[in-house]
Amino acid sequence: MPEPSTTHISVRNLSVHYGGQPALKNVSVNIPDRKITAVLGPSGCGKTTFLRCLNRLVDTVDGVSVSGQVLVDGEDLFDPAAEVTHIRKKMGLLSQRPYPLPMSIYDNVAYGPRIHGQSDRGELDALVEHHLKLAGLWDEVKGRLRAPATSLSIGQQQRLCLARGLAVGPEIILADEPTSALDPISSAHIEGKFKELRDQYTIVIVTHILRQARRLADYVIFMYMGELVEHGPAAEVFNAPREKQTREYISGVIS
Amino acid sequence: MEDNSARLFNDRLIRRLILALIVVVNVLIVGIVLALCVRSWPILDGTPLGRLLFSTEWHPSTGKFGLLTFIVGTFAVTAGAMLLAVPPCLLSAIYLSEYAPRWIRTLSAPLIDLLAGIPSVIYGLWGVLVIVPLVQDRIAPLFGVKSTGYSVLAAAVVLAVMIVPVLVHISVEVMKAVPRELREASLSLGATRWETVKHVVLRKSRSGLFAAGVLATSRALGETMAVLMVAGNYVFALPRTPFDQAYPLPALIANNYGEMLSMPHYEAALMAAALVLLLIVLIFNVTSQAILLRFARA
Amino acid sequence: MNRRSAEESIFKGLMGLSFLAILAALATIVGTVVWKGLPAMNWDMLTKTPSGGFYLGGSGGVLNAIVGSLYLAGGATVASSCLALPIVLGLNVYARRASRLVTFTRFSMDVLAGVPSIVFGAVGYVLMVALGLKASLLAGIIAVALLILPIMIKAMDEVVRLVPQEMAEASAALGATRLETAFLVVARQALPGLATAVLIAFGRGVGDAASVLFTAGFTDNIPDSLMSPAATLPLAVFFQLGSNLPEVQERAYAAALILMAMILIVSLVTRELSRRLSRHNVR
Repeated sequence: MPEPSTTHISVRNLSVHYGGQPALKNVSVNIPDRKITAVLGPSGCGKTTFLRCLNRLVDTVDGVSVSGQVLVDGEDLFDPAAEVTHIRKKMGLLSQRPYPLPMSIYDNVAYGPRIHGQSDRGELDALVEHHLKLAGLWDEVKGRLRAPATSLSIGQQQRLCLARGLAVGPEIILADEPTSALDPISSAHIEGKFKELRDQYTIVIVTHILRQARRLADYVIFMYMGELVEHGPAAEVFNAPREKQTREYISGVIS
Repeated sequence: MEDNSARLFNDRLIRRLILALIVVVNVLIVGIVLALCVRSWPILDGTPLGRLLFSTEWHPSTGKFGLLTFIVGTFAVTAGAMLLAVPPCLLSAIYLSEYAPRWIRTLSAPLIDLLAGIPSVIYGLWGVLVIVPLVQDRIAPLFGVKSTGYSVLAAAVVLAVMIVPVLVHISVEVMKAVPRELREASLSLGATRWETVKHVVLRKSRSGLFAAGVLATSRALGETMAVLMVAGNYVFALPRTPFDQAYPLPALIANNYGEMLSMPHYEAALMAAALVLLLIVLIFNVTSQAILLRFARA
Repeated sequence: MNRRSAEESIFKGLMGLSFLAILAALATIVGTVVWKGLPAMNWDMLTKTPSGGFYLGGSGGVLNAIVGSLYLAGGATVASSCLALPIVLGLNVYARRASRLVTFTRFSMDVLAGVPSIVFGAVGYVLMVALGLKASLLAGIIAVALLILPIMIKAMDEVVRLVPQEMAEASAALGATRLETAFLVVARQALPGLATAVLIAFGRGVGDAASVLFTAGFTDNIPDSLMSPAATLPLAVFFQLGSNLPEVQERAYAAALILMAMILIVSLVTRELSRRLSRHNVR
């Protein structure tokens, strides 16, 4: 049994409606610090919406209404006075498909630091190299940093997106089914990176691949039809699920 | 099955017919160029090309047909219109695609459509009633210049407003086509909306924005009635300042159709003017297409 | 942080100003036409042709131009629809998608759509002379049909392209020929868009003056055959505005108001029609 850890993100009574249709219903959960938390559930259960609330990308969608709180280090993300750009900087996002920005490999990684005021050439070079190494991409791209990011394979692009996210110095990594567009080898690569990073970062990964969650997760959140059904340490949820829906999902009756 | 063979026969026949139509519509542009060449041959044959294009002498009664004044007029009003239209249109398009609340977006679409549908004569009328007096009474005195108001500037303003719908509509479409995830990638790195627009959205859509500019420019190059009504149409000198009169090619052609049979070679000269206008637009379009292809490859 | 948000605020301000400037331009255009046109408007404008001395301030209206414009744009729309529809269906159903012919045709339609309307006017004139015609409704229809053909093809192509390939395949799998697939399935699915394309082209035809300047002539009578000359509203506005008499200029304003109202009606009908026709559509 893993030792109890401190809370990094605290979600309180969070509800989301898209044009009147509920997508998340009154979700409350604490996400532990420097652990991998897997958000599980069948498609359409609201897990992606949940993730998008954690960095407030949810309100870039038209006709959305959100109630409740998301506290990151005690600071409410949905407070109208909150500095969203500052809070987002604390979080790296990895989406289902890699979306490299329309610029070179180098500029993709340097984009975040530049925005946040880093303009020193040497510092940037070092940052780019460090984070490309951290994402395990450096050896493959060090000779062609000026090439367009789109010239990389999908798997490489996803690792580039990881490096890009890490380069702003986040404390949290949000990942939305980050391996769903990747081949098995690239997937394993990304999963391996997550395991290496778990001690330094709070990682929240949305996935519908049960085995991936078993391989990675320290903590599990199970959602169904917009509601939070069960959450707890991975071993407990997987081995002794309390709720019927969780049992059915884990045993493959519903998927 | 007899019925079936009739169906298949129809299918093949129509297929041939349609292919023939497609071929015809493809050579239409060649036909247009050839037709204009034939009708303007009396001029093209007798006048050196240099004199036709680079002489400012236009005396139909003595058989002098230099088109430079009109070519310069065309470029002057078009350039003016683009200068005036591009910055506000780009900013408005960014506003509509990235910032505006939904109700403004849904309301502005039909308004932009309406603006696009207004006939050019009405733009011309507006120019005569609003812009020309504005230039004469307010803008020219501001610069200490006397102007009748019928000027390069007035034509440029009217043209600028005419190409607004093209620029805004296409730019908004192009920026909307940028995947949302790309914006989110930038936002989640802590970029502000504006930084995301500047570094990601505009960069991703630059070839589409360029194409919008090309379309608007070629529209402006060929616009006739509105320009004819406000440009002043002065034959004897090149415009030096925005407050001078201009006489663009389309205005020349439209203005003189009534008299073109009255003097020898006059008709041919006007057809040559139409040909020159067409070639300017074609060359401009084809060059831009080539540049766009470069963009796409890079 | 401060500098970054300051830059954003400045540009947001500029955006708002630009957008307002564009709205203001639109408002003054519509405003000017209504303001100037309404006082000069009366029933005679709509219901009478010009009587003697009309251009010197006599009585009468612009019915000749209203009817002429409708005939001209209507004829040209019918003519160019007959060409555009088979061409577009051919491009999307008969030819292989992305074949060289299709790509080239799309390119040449872009080029053709960029040809200025005054050039179509000149070409229409050349054709008219070559065919031995006089300035007439028919010659005008030819010039306007040429002008709106590429516009219509492009607009139709845009909607027909969106018809899913699977839908055509489903039809083919039921044993339909490509002809049947094209006209019964693809055209049906694209109908709202096709109708919109036709009306957009019609609107362009009503509003364009430069292409009919050489070819349609101008007359105070309502055209009674394809061979008689026809007046058009845009030219009526243009000619009357050029007069020195204020009474005649007033009529130009009224004619402009009528023209604008016609365009507005066409655009409203387009919206309504495309809404109604999309009832059966698979989305």
